[in-house]
Amino acid sequence: MEYFLQQLINGLTLGAIYGLIAIGYTMVYGIVGMINFAHGEIYMIGAFVSLVAFTILGTFAFASPVLAILIVLIAAIIFTSVYGWTVERIAYRPLRGSFRLAPLISAIGVSIFLQNYVHLLQGAKMKPLQPIVTGGFVMTGDGSFPVRITYLQIGIIVATVVLMAGFTLLIHKTKLGRAQRACEQDRKMAALLGVNVDRTISITFVMGAALAAVAGLIFTLYYGAVDFFIGFLAGLKAFTAAVLGGIGSLPGAMLGGLLIGLIEAFWSAHFPIAYKDVAVFGILVVVLIFRPTGLLGRPDVEKV
Amino acid sequence: MTALLSIERVKARYGPVEALRGVSLTVDEGEIVALIGANGAGKSTLLMTICGAPKAAEGRIVYAGQDITGTDLHDMVKLGIAQSPEGRRIFPRMTVLENLQMGAYLGDERNLSGDLERMFALFPRLAERKYQRAGTMSGGEQQMLAIGRALMSRPRLLLLDEPSLGLAPLLVAQIFATIREINRAQGVTVLLVEQNAYHALRLANRGYVLVNGEIRMSGTGQSLLDDPDIRKAYLAGGHG
Repeated sequence: MEYFLQQLINGLTLGAIYGLIAIGYTMVYGIVGMINFAHGEIYMIGAFVSLVAFTILGTFAFASPVLAILIVLIAAIIFTSVYGWTVERIAYRPLRGSFRLAPLISAIGVSIFLQNYVHLLQGAKMKPLQPIVTGGFVMTGDGSFPVRITYLQIGIIVATVVLMAGFTLLIHKTKLGRAQRACEQDRKMAALLGVNVDRTISITFVMGAALAAVAGLIFTLYYGAVDFFIGFLAGLKAFTAAVLGGIGSLPGAMLGGLLIGLIEAFWSAHFPIAYKDVAVFGILVVVLIFRPTGLLGRPDVEKV
Repeated sequence: MTALLSIERVKARYGPVEALRGVSLTVDEGEIVALIGANGAGKSTLLMTICGAPKAAEGRIVYAGQDITGTDLHDMVKLGIAQSPEGRRIFPRMTVLENLQMGAYLGDERNLSGDLERMFALFPRLAERKYQRAGTMSGGEQQMLAIGRALMSRPRLLLLDEPSLGLAPLLVAQIFATIREINRAQGVTVLLVEQNAYHALRLANRGYVLVNGEIRMSGTGQSLLDDPDIRKAYLAGGHG
């Protein structure tokens, strides 16, 4: 039981990171109808910016970890937003209106480019970081196996829930969110009503990039080491999460992320760890066989 | 009287197909002008070309004394032009209320609740369906929503594409009565595209007949209704 609880906590933490990245995939897909395969790289850049920013702050012997995290968060969001915006502007917008595969290929190109760019800039080695947030508490101390939850894990899960709720509200209740959904459903009509479609799409990319920055920062804090390749697998997993939950659905992305995190944690606890990715993608296949639109995806029922 | 909208020798293409072959027409402030013609004559293309999608390949579109030929699609509402387009194009996965809110996207927030009230008074059916997803409504209800959404921007010029399409006869009469009311009570200028020539010409001050991307005939609504050629081509089979 204790072991189960511990893996649950670990899985939720991991799932939260996947979920945050997955929201970026799902939002862009929902509105632009393309898979932004460079999104994993934006997350990686977010992690690197966090690492560099923490290191810089560290040389000034910064005292307050909370303030340090806040500063790093802002820096990471600014950087990833600029990258996200630029990628859309340079690699996707010129291809809008061309055949569907073109932006997809462009996205893969951007992904390879960004990976190698960071590789050249930062080298191939894992860059470590001193733990910033330490401590936690033991939930059940009586058994032979103490269940620990760290402050960092609590922070990650709380931050994820808050961001998830915030973005859901934004999409469903605000004017910007309505414009985004309008662009998703009928871009030309949205423009006819005065929505600047290009700008709305740019904002969507920036929002996704900001979430990727948060995920990158969390990764840096949680694992304490970053390299140029982390975006690839995390991006793939997060994309899987988005599809599993139903691409285009925000709660679906979160649910998919959490599920994948939990599957990985529990699989690693009981079965050979080398096969954990097989388990994740196996579940994806099974879900898609029975629910091709994903767990929370909508089967399009419309009257025309 | 000065023209609110004047279209001067406009040509438009969809790829290699020339959909409009030098169309000229004017709409005066406060008028209802009907544009009739067969399927594929270019009526809907003309309405979309006014809004800039597709852009006119040749010719000029002047609105309120300003050349708007190259203006972006999303700037049309700002100028006071609203369209209820071909196929209605309501947002199917949004509620009726959200669709109407989208209509007021650039509008002043302070007008919103009052305008919604007016729209629900004009189309009581929409009030009943306020929180329903628009895509699940009947064709007639969707049509009302499309017109209501266009009106939410408080337009000076309203472009209506086939508002009677697919509606039951009773509803057709109701929609045309509503258009008349919008025009009279709110002073909205209307350019109306219709296949239902009888109703459209009875409602309109003036009409144009579009054939194969060209204006073939024009005149007051009544004179076109009385024209034997028009009767034969568009009004055969009574009051359609």
